[in-house]
Amino acid sequence: MALVHRLRRSVPPLIFGIGFVVLWEGAVKVFDLKPYFLAAPSKILEQFFDNFRLIREASTVSGTNAFIGLIAGTIAGVLMSFLLSKFRILSELMTPLAVALNAIPIFVLVAVLNNMFSITSEIPRRIMVTLVVYFIVLVNVAKGLTQVRSTHIELMRSFAASDMEILRKVRIPNALPYLFTSLKIAAPASVITAFVSEYFGGSQNGLGSRITSNIANSKNASAWAYVLGACLLGLLFFGISILLENGASRGAAKEYNNT
Amino acid sequence: MFILSIALVAALWELYKVIGPQDGGQLLGAKILPRANDRAMPHIWDMLSRYGRREVRGSDRKIWSVVLAGGWFSFRLVLAGFILGAAVGVGLAILMARFKIVERGLLPYLVVSQTVPLIALAPLVVSWGGKLQLAGFEWPRWLSVSILGAFLAFFPVSVGTLKGLTSAPAESIELMNSYASSWRQTLLKLRFPAAVPFMVPAFKLAASGAVIGVVVAEISTGLKGGIGRLVIEYAREATGDPAKVFTAVFGAAALGLAMAGIIALGDIYLMRNRPKETAT
Amino acid sequence: MSAVNVTAASKIFNKGTTKQVDALLDVNLTVEPGEFISLIGPSGCGKSTLLRLIADLLEPTSGTVTVNGKPAAQARLDQDYGMAFQHAGLFDWRNVAKNIELPLELKGWDKEKRKSRAMEMLELVKLPEFAELHPWQLSGGMQQRIAIARALAAHPSILLMDEPFGALDEMTREYMQGELLRICAQTSTTVVFVTHSIPEAVYLSNRVVVMSPRPGRITHLIEINLGIVRGEATRASNEFFHGITAVREALRGTRGDHVDDLDQAAKLVTRNVDDR
Repeated sequence: MALVHRLRRSVPPLIFGIGFVVLWEGAVKVFDLKPYFLAAPSKILEQFFDNFRLIREASTVSGTNAFIGLIAGTIAGVLMSFLLSKFRILSELMTPLAVALNAIPIFVLVAVLNNMFSITSEIPRRIMVTLVVYFIVLVNVAKGLTQVRSTHIELMRSFAASDMEILRKVRIPNALPYLFTSLKIAAPASVITAFVSEYFGGSQNGLGSRITSNIANSKNASAWAYVLGACLLGLLFFGISILLENGASRGAAKEYNNT
Repeated sequence: MFILSIALVAALWELYKVIGPQDGGQLLGAKILPRANDRAMPHIWDMLSRYGRREVRGSDRKIWSVVLAGGWFSFRLVLAGFILGAAVGVGLAILMARFKIVERGLLPYLVVSQTVPLIALAPLVVSWGGKLQLAGFEWPRWLSVSILGAFLAFFPVSVGTLKGLTSAPAESIELMNSYASSWRQTLLKLRFPAAVPFMVPAFKLAASGAVIGVVVAEISTGLKGGIGRLVIEYAREATGDPAKVFTAVFGAAALGLAMAGIIALGDIYLMRNRPKETAT
Repeated sequence: MSAVNVTAASKIFNKGTTKQVDALLDVNLTVEPGEFISLIGPSGCGKSTLLRLIADLLEPTSGTVTVNGKPAAQARLDQDYGMAFQHAGLFDWRNVAKNIELPLELKGWDKEKRKSRAMEMLELVKLPEFAELHPWQLSGGMQQRIAIARALAAHPSILLMDEPFGALDEMTREYMQGELLRICAQTSTTVVFVTHSIPEAVYLSNRVVVMSPRPGRITHLIEINLGIVRGEATRASNEFFHGITAVREALRGTRGDHVDDLDQAAKLVTRNVDDR
């Protein structure tokens, strides 16, 4: 029953998606749109498979940057959030900074970072991703550690639990969903940041640089193919974060019920 | 408190300059420590004083006026993009609220699009500039940049507005039905006001999206006049004039803060009659 | 002409599927103008569904519902009734006066008329000083009074209420019951009132309609003889106690009998009380 329901629900988006692609292809043919404006989906797919190996290489470069930054930023963010939950003064300092950084196009710092390292290093981009991910994870996990229902804390205190025990038994489990929510935001953000950082010069092996170079050479259809590659990379990261979330919630439930 | 944290960051910067390796170094075997010399990491006071000096040798313009002009140029593009994206987003949300089939067909794409680097389209869209002609109207490059900002702003607004429009409690809908109210009247008197608390955070996301879209579009194509171009230009001169790039970076930051400030003002105005959320 | 006439009405949800729910089956009810009747019964007995059939918020699967001699749909378009729910449902973004003006705006009244009517209603519910405040600045009881003011703003002849005092504490509830009776007497409104509370039903009504579930139907109609003027003394009177007992017995089911005939029901009820 549930499967039929799921299939029925996917029909409208499929219709819209297929309809959109068909319209696109039709418009290009009928209006004879030049490739520098809009390339036909068929051509894009053709280019995608033709250049698949190159696209995969470029994706690996950008993806690695994103991945390393994601891991580093998450670890740093989680560690810092523990400190923040313990020392409220740090939270007072960091929160306005995090809020402000949310609003500004922080990736322009890559221009600065590029000067601090050698020209061929991928480190500036990784640092950039780390920074972006760090703040996302920090804000969310800190909220998860501190915004616990007061009735739960009261209960633990009535059991004469120490702060450490409260942390382990109440705050951390409360914070876990916040961690996975932040990962769902941070994962695509890491791809986008890794990507955008490539526009600032430095090594030219990633997806972003390839797109601009393809356009510069008037190879628009293959540029679109690289865009497709970038979208797939973003979806991959997002998909992994969702899998992690589902896996963790099931694993945690099993663990608790077995102890 | 904010000033304090900025001061702290500045202090850490200077601290690293004192203790950090002058030519970069290794940590755990990887070359991840940045160079701490004055060419790579200028002193904070150098960065600030750079604003007061001339942009280039022989030019009469001071840096701060150049950065300000660049920021103003980009700001107008961001504003235009934001307004366009928000308007389309709200319109689409109303359409989705009215016709369930549209919601079911489009919403999955809207949600997924927020996870995908749409910014990858930036160079493509901007390349339309100067080459495209539609019925005698030549497509200016700045329009592409604005459109990109609009593009990134549109998605969070449509998702958030839809959420808000459908958030009205069932009893209130029943109440409006008991008044024999039309869909349009229910939209204007109930759904829209009920949607405002959801639209405000969506606008915040949209504002930062618009800034990102515009700045990235400027950078990937070097659009003349904008702050993005200044960042790239000054970065190229960093070996000779290290403090210069920071002037542009701070300018871009100011642009983001200005947009955030406008949205914050809008937040206060729109939510002025609502119950205040009590912080836990 | 009766105010409300429900004839052989049924409401079946998900008809023909495994999830079919017979919310109401073959219900007959007549309400005379100026009457106050309560609908009471356990969960699933269809009392809220019946109210919504009268309000034309739901269509009957079979049977007819007329209000003021017209089909229920027409009565809704003509705004012959006002409605109040368990949660006051005031709009947070409007102040109290503008909340009361809502139905008048929808009917196209001009600004001056709306404002004066809103103030008139505020006087009626004794909250004129609160006109400029916002709902979240008021207590639950006050919000309900505003909701009642809103329901009566267009001077409808009928008031439909779905457990409006359900979320209030006991003291506020008793106060609100008194206020409601005063307001309805002043405006000569017919009231159909859904409630879970036996004392409330008895205190407020001329007749109590007892319903039972699976399928939803009316099982008893109980006349309440507490007189027209009811006050604090009424709550302590013997008649009040008898009324409560009668309704309670009816809700429990009279010795397992399933009663269809209304006259028989009345006799049974009197008999139970006298047997004591």
